[in-house]
Amino acid sequence: MPKLIKDGALTPDRWTVLKEASGPEVLRALPGKNLIVPFKFWKNYQAELKDYAGGVAIWLDSDENVADIGEPLHAFALIALNFPKFSDGRSYTNARALREHFKYQGEIRAMGDVLRDQLYYMSRCGFNAFDLRHDQDENLCLQAFSDFKTGYQATITEPLPLFRRR
Amino acid sequence: MGPGCDGATIGSESGIGYCATGRAQFDCPVRTFSGQLTNHNCIDYNRTPPEKTFAPMYRYDNYDHQMLADRVAQFRDQTNRFLSGKLEDSEFLPLRLQNGLYIQRLAPMLRIAVPYGLLSSTQLRKLAHIARYYDKGYGHFTTRQNIQFNWPQLEDVPDILAHLAEVEMHAIQTSGNCIRNTTTDQFAGVAPDELEDARPYCEIIRQWSTFHPEFAFLPRKFKIAVCGTKIDQAATQVHDIGVYLVKGPAETIGFRILAGGGLGRTPVIGQEVFKFVEKQHLLTALEAILRVYNREGRRDNKYKARIKILVKELGVAEFTTKVMAEWAVIKDSALTLTDAEIARCKGFFTDPNYADLSNEPAELTRHLQANILFANWYEQNVRPHKMTGYAIATVSFKETGVAPGDVTDRQLEHLAALAESYSFGEVRVSHHQNIVLADVRQDQLFTLWQALSSQALASHNLGLLTDIICCPGGDFCALANAKSIPIAEAVQRRFSDLTELKNIGQMNLNISGCMNACGHHHVGNIGILGVDKKGEEYYQISLGGSSKNEASLGKIIGPSFAQEEIPDVVEKIVNVYKAQREPGEKFIDTYNRIGIDPFKESVYAKVD
Repeated sequence: MPKLIKDGALTPDRWTVLKEASGPEVLRALPGKNLIVPFKFWKNYQAELKDYAGGVAIWLDSDENVADIGEPLHAFALIALNFPKFSDGRSYTNARALREHFKYQGEIRAMGDVLRDQLYYMSRCGFNAFDLRHDQDENLCLQAFSDFKTGYQATITEPLPLFRRR
Repeated sequence: MGPGCDGATIGSESGIGYCATGRAQFDCPVRTFSGQLTNHNCIDYNRTPPEKTFAPMYRYDNYDHQMLADRVAQFRDQTNRFLSGKLEDSEFLPLRLQNGLYIQRLAPMLRIAVPYGLLSSTQLRKLAHIARYYDKGYGHFTTRQNIQFNWPQLEDVPDILAHLAEVEMHAIQTSGNCIRNTTTDQFAGVAPDELEDARPYCEIIRQWSTFHPEFAFLPRKFKIAVCGTKIDQAATQVHDIGVYLVKGPAETIGFRILAGGGLGRTPVIGQEVFKFVEKQHLLTALEAILRVYNREGRRDNKYKARIKILVKELGVAEFTTKVMAEWAVIKDSALTLTDAEIARCKGFFTDPNYADLSNEPAELTRHLQANILFANWYEQNVRPHKMTGYAIATVSFKETGVAPGDVTDRQLEHLAALAESYSFGEVRVSHHQNIVLADVRQDQLFTLWQALSSQALASHNLGLLTDIICCPGGDFCALANAKSIPIAEAVQRRFSDLTELKNIGQMNLNISGCMNACGHHHVGNIGILGVDKKGEEYYQISLGGSSKNEASLGKIIGPSFAQEEIPDVVEKIVNVYKAQREPGEKFIDTYNRIGIDPFKESVYAKVD
């Protein structure tokens, strides 16, 4: 059963991630869902997605850049960023870019290799939803957000750096 | 007494008591080993500025302490989960690395951060305690101004970190693919030729980079050095980012920033990305560089993942364009430094209470004339200070027979006492793995030297051929191809005659046990690199490297040598230099003038 933490609480997930999708026929096979589709799929099949009777969101892999989403970005209620491996740090930069450069207000969801010990940093970079890897203990994960009481940097959760607060 | 402290002492370690708030009682003048302290005085971290009878140093406030305490608790939890099998090895790995913990050939190795090389006497005593109780009685100064211990037990590490936190120390980000300890010139703040003290900016960078949430999983490790002196002793140009304090338009001081330098497999000198940045934009400029690197640095091949490869593959112009595009967005954000913050950080590094003294006092001149050993030490190890009547003394940790950089618990305590008596209670670790007493009165140099001699710390080989930079090598390190410590020792034994060493003059020899280049062999005048040749340990020699202002990378002389050949090879190189040099010419200058061929011919000449 998938485990989702959103805004600091365990939350039922109403979205379905389409990990790989080769063509638009998948939309007919899965009618009426809320789908998180690969960014490339969305670029290729925008017309088909427009007619889809359900919610549509996108996910970007770590080697994709949120700057390439363009203007439609704000229409998405959710943008998911993938961690193919937890040690691949590129999605942190993508999350910050979404919040800081593009002022994106919707849900930013971490997906893939999402582990307890990275949640705190993820949250500081602008992620507010975490699709935990299946083996993670969700109660341990909920504690991760209070690993530190504060930090030095200017981040999404603390927009002023410590030197402007201390 | 600090906030929340009721005056009771709950424990004592290494002569330093601590109270129920967990804070160390630095100011207590009376120490007992029963754990009871008289005249209790738990330090109040909110008290600023620090007392000037101590050398300038950043002092933690409650925020810094809180973060460190949170970190210790976090790592204790992670270690417990690992030991109980709830955290996989591969997932624990980056967590322990970011707390300085390696699994080595023989035991774990713990690398402790010494921010820009500064250590107080209190901290030295704490390190002595750790060496004694958690290690085999010694530690090792590294080429990045840190100290590491080779024998701690994994389960003890959270306790060691708690000890360190008491004295405002930690092992945060001393390893792993993150921003490492920021380094600077070991003479910062006391050098006569300094444009501006680099330490406040090092501290600003330290805070910005510590627990930076976006840059904890970079493609590879990331090292920053800052230099404010005219003569660069920090090897700034071979760092991922090199920051120079420079004069810009209208005589204002700001920064010139290089990126893409580094040693390792592919040594590169950094290239200019920012010609001049005003002070307030330092952090946004660094963040812009890091962001481009985090996004675009290669992650497919560990050996091509450093920023130097990215800068090289994109070209510095294209790389700079990307950085500037990023910088344009964040340039005036909240991360922009305030004058108040710069002033606050500078406030920690104002001069201690220097006495009003004159240069070359009679006490000094008399002893220099009377004692040849002292005179030798003075000539090699003492450098001019910005204040009249003071001097900078370097304690060489290159005693023959001792691994370069190794220091015992007793020596650490001895240094702590000497620092208190002679240098405002502070020492600096240099990237040459020596210790600097930065504020010694000239009229006390002789008594200092005597005190050093009593602990075998008066080697007067600073800057000479036997002042070798050397990594721990195959004796300790799991990455090494070959041993490096025995090579250093063999060279030191061959060149044991001081008159001859001085005749050879300024020359540096650096040894790395593998191409990760911890021993900085690329920038040694003579560089020695351990290589693996069909399972045998061999050594490749390069010539002409330098980490000074005119930084250059050494050239490989030819096929590699067996361990026992090295002293002969070094001697042949030295002999060519001696035969070819012009009066007063240093090795590096002779080499630059005559090139590598004469050395090659001598080293590989067939003996009939």
